Amino acid sequence: MNAHNDVSRRTLLTGGLATGFLLAFHLPLRAAGNEPVQRDVTDGKFAPNAFIRIDQTGRTVLMMPQVEMGQGTYTSISAVIAEELDADWSKVEVQHAPPNDKLYGNPTFGLQVTGNSNSIRAWWTPLRKAGATARAMLVQTAASQWGVEPSGCTASKGEVSHAASGRKLGYGELALAAQGQTPPKDVAVKDPRDFVLIGQPLKRLDTPDKVNGKALYGIDAILPGMKIAAIANCPVFGGKVGKVDDSAAVKLPGVRKVVVLDDAVAVIGDHMWAAKKGLEALKIEWNEGPNAGISTKDIWDDLRKASEKDGAIAKSDGDIAKALATGDKFEAAYELPFLAHASMEPINATVHVRPDACEIWTGTQIMTRVQSEAAKAAGVPVDKVIVNQHLLGGGFGRKLEPDMVVAAVNIAKQVDYPVKVVWTREEDIQHDVYRPVYRDQITASLVDGKIAGWKYKVAGSAVLARWLPPAFQKGIDIDAIDAAVDAPYDFANFHVEYVRAEPLSIPTGFWRGVGPNNNVFAVECAMDELARKAGKDPIEFRKSMLTRNPRMLAVLNHVAEKSGWGQPLPPRVGRGVCVQPSFASFIATVVEAEVDEFGEIALRRITSVVDTGIAVNPDTVKAQIEGGLIFGLTAALYGEITIDKGRVQQSNFHDYRMMRINETPKVEVIVVKSGEAPGGIGEAGVNAGPPALRNAILAATGVTLRRLPIDRKLLAAGKKA
Amino acid sequence: MIMVARKFADQVAASDPASKGMHMATTLTINGETKSFDAPPEMPLLWVLRDILGMTGTKFGCGIAQCGACTVHVDGKAVRSCVLPVSAVANRAVTTIEHVGSTPAGAKVQKAWLDAEVIQCGYCQSGQIMAAAALLAATPHPDDSDIDAAMAGNICRCGTYVRIREAIKQAASGRQS
Repeated sequence: MNAHNDVSRRTLLTGGLATGFLLAFHLPLRAAGNEPVQRDVTDGKFAPNAFIRIDQTGRTVLMMPQVEMGQGTYTSISAVIAEELDADWSKVEVQHAPPNDKLYGNPTFGLQVTGNSNSIRAWWTPLRKAGATARAMLVQTAASQWGVEPSGCTASKGEVSHAASGRKLGYGELALAAQGQTPPKDVAVKDPRDFVLIGQPLKRLDTPDKVNGKALYGIDAILPGMKIAAIANCPVFGGKVGKVDDSAAVKLPGVRKVVVLDDAVAVIGDHMWAAKKGLEALKIEWNEGPNAGISTKDIWDDLRKASEKDGAIAKSDGDIAKALATGDKFEAAYELPFLAHASMEPINATVHVRPDACEIWTGTQIMTRVQSEAAKAAGVPVDKVIVNQHLLGGGFGRKLEPDMVVAAVNIAKQVDYPVKVVWTREEDIQHDVYRPVYRDQITASLVDGKIAGWKYKVAGSAVLARWLPPAFQKGIDIDAIDAAVDAPYDFANFHVEYVRAEPLSIPTGFWRGVGPNNNVFAVECAMDELARKAGKDPIEFRKSMLTRNPRMLAVLNHVAEKSGWGQPLPPRVGRGVCVQPSFASFIATVVEAEVDEFGEIALRRITSVVDTGIAVNPDTVKAQIEGGLIFGLTAALYGEITIDKGRVQQSNFHDYRMMRINETPKVEVIVVKSGEAPGGIGEAGVNAGPPALRNAILAATGVTLRRLPIDRKLLAAGKKA
Repeated sequence: MIMVARKFADQVAASDPASKGMHMATTLTINGETKSFDAPPEMPLLWVLRDILGMTGTKFGCGIAQCGACTVHVDGKAVRSCVLPVSAVANRAVTTIEHVGSTPAGAKVQKAWLDAEVIQCGYCQSGQIMAAAALLAATPHPDDSDIDAAMAGNICRCGTYVRIREAIKQAASGRQS
């Protein structure tokens, strides 16, 4: 990226975010009409659709329907549009799209949501068409001006050329005239062999401002007259505020106001320190309600009991009863704990409630839901809610929820200035929507060293039933069983059931890796145990059942070779494999780990081979797998939220631990070339780590772990489980 | 632009009759400039930077010196500003992410971070870069254990550690990825 481009992108990124310091300059303009800061201005531009804005200088602004939370989607989405548009990549700039489900709703969900590793998958065809249609309009415009046939013209790097006459016109020069054109229908997209941007390891557009403190996240919003609020949510889920004695708090320097909500208390101060000090000085009596006695044990007792019931049948091929009655029988239950998201940017939202409007500054994965929920809370029409989207300091599913914005609106309603509500890390960990606890039971039979029958029952929370009720049909949460019904192996008799079991009082939500993070763990743990039972090598065992899945077989062979599978290892060192079919990507991973005599675990090496179809940005695919592996392994090694007296017991990074650099091994990710349609990638790495590590521990120690996080006590030398 | 934000903060403090006492005038040298403001002496430097001076590049992550997102330099050493009372740094030289690029080690680290495409969400990276710049200024050719010792206090939830290690080595050697 040359210096000029760097500057123009930086300017746009900062300006496009329209917040923080820059807002100071915009504000006087805005005060008159209460218009959104970040309007989609199309006057004087070529704006053939909701995504492309080319001005008369050729500056090409692409409106981002998906949000950037680290997964590199701004760069990948831009590359897809720019490829078909034949844009000058050095002139491409990005802007957050405003909330609008009709224009920017994810085609799979019909909602402006970023999640489920679905940005590129869902937008691949619509955005290619949008780019190609715009290119055709520019070519047609140039051809008309020259009086030649469009078929004799070509487009490249933001210019239309007519080879026969040697004439050229830049997109900027064509912008005004092209804007009058009617978009043609059914424009052909490129043959992938002609791609010039897609498939290249393009430098990310969002990272230059992330090395110097200029990038603006929601928590960085600064507005004239703004104050900062700290919040204490009722420590028991479902509890309410009883009495609040604020006599000491209001005397503290910098404390402005104490706001009492139904289930939370906030202190507004001149700065976060005053707000926090004010909160500490409050005497709050909570009405803890009916959940104040609940503990982790109660939740697990409930889940274990519920999981013994018959579930709703999600898949049933062959004759499972007959198959399970033959051969060697295998039965196992796998249990996964609650997990918090703990994105590095703590939960926050900035809100200004004015008499006739409500304006929000935040980073969210679900812009339109934030807008509609804020409208309800503020008591204004939806079109009077302005949402200023920011970069997200991690999302991981937590920011698919609007709760933090609703609370901020309820606080901001009580004052006439803008309030930035910042959750402490303790509030963030203790008032999350948690990755559900799951209990997954697999029953199988082995005949002649192969699996004759496979019955898999998932029991756990139906996140979709709450989050997207119409998607919950016939008692089946399609997310919770996603990679259970989609298991990659040739199971002739294959049965999947789901039992909805909502944990007592604990809110559950999507967590990076989503439903497959329970399925991939259970399936790949069971596969290793069955391989042992059959007396076979875990990779050979899997390969014998991948005969109808050539893409999976290829990555598995590839990872066996690259990981040194089968080569001798020292004592108490093992390799474990995971094969996973999630999000239309095909991934095989080998983790090599050592378990010392005290049961402590050292990761030695990770190798992952990925076939994600066409990799729009191969370097981003690699980065997402590298990071996803760490995210998943963090959960396997440390992650567990526990409940006592209705409260979350963990509070910060000392007791909700994260992997650190000194625990990170060598990681090699190989992205294979493929011409298939792109698969999802943001979640996938997360699900590979836990089963591969667990299987490595099984190989190193002979100990069969069936629960996460890994219990070191079971792994000390001499123990067998 | 930082000046504008600061002006708002000053205006608020000066014009608001509800402002109460107990603050004291503090002078700090931040990024080579002298800054004077009123703040309680025990207020952590992090909140002074973010909420009084409007310098939001330094991030809040945990508030208990567990994650390193708030790392700044005091007299060239990496410190966690979320637990550092502002009174402890009066008259010392504070450098933040906004200015670290003007130091030789900081500039090298920023370049290596982009060359190796380290960053994902980026929220922790101000702190990572400050920690890496302090490491390289003190230890120009760190080995893996030096990197572990200097960087283990900085959490990255996106899991960019593999590339952080590579980028530090690149910055030390002047190599490009």
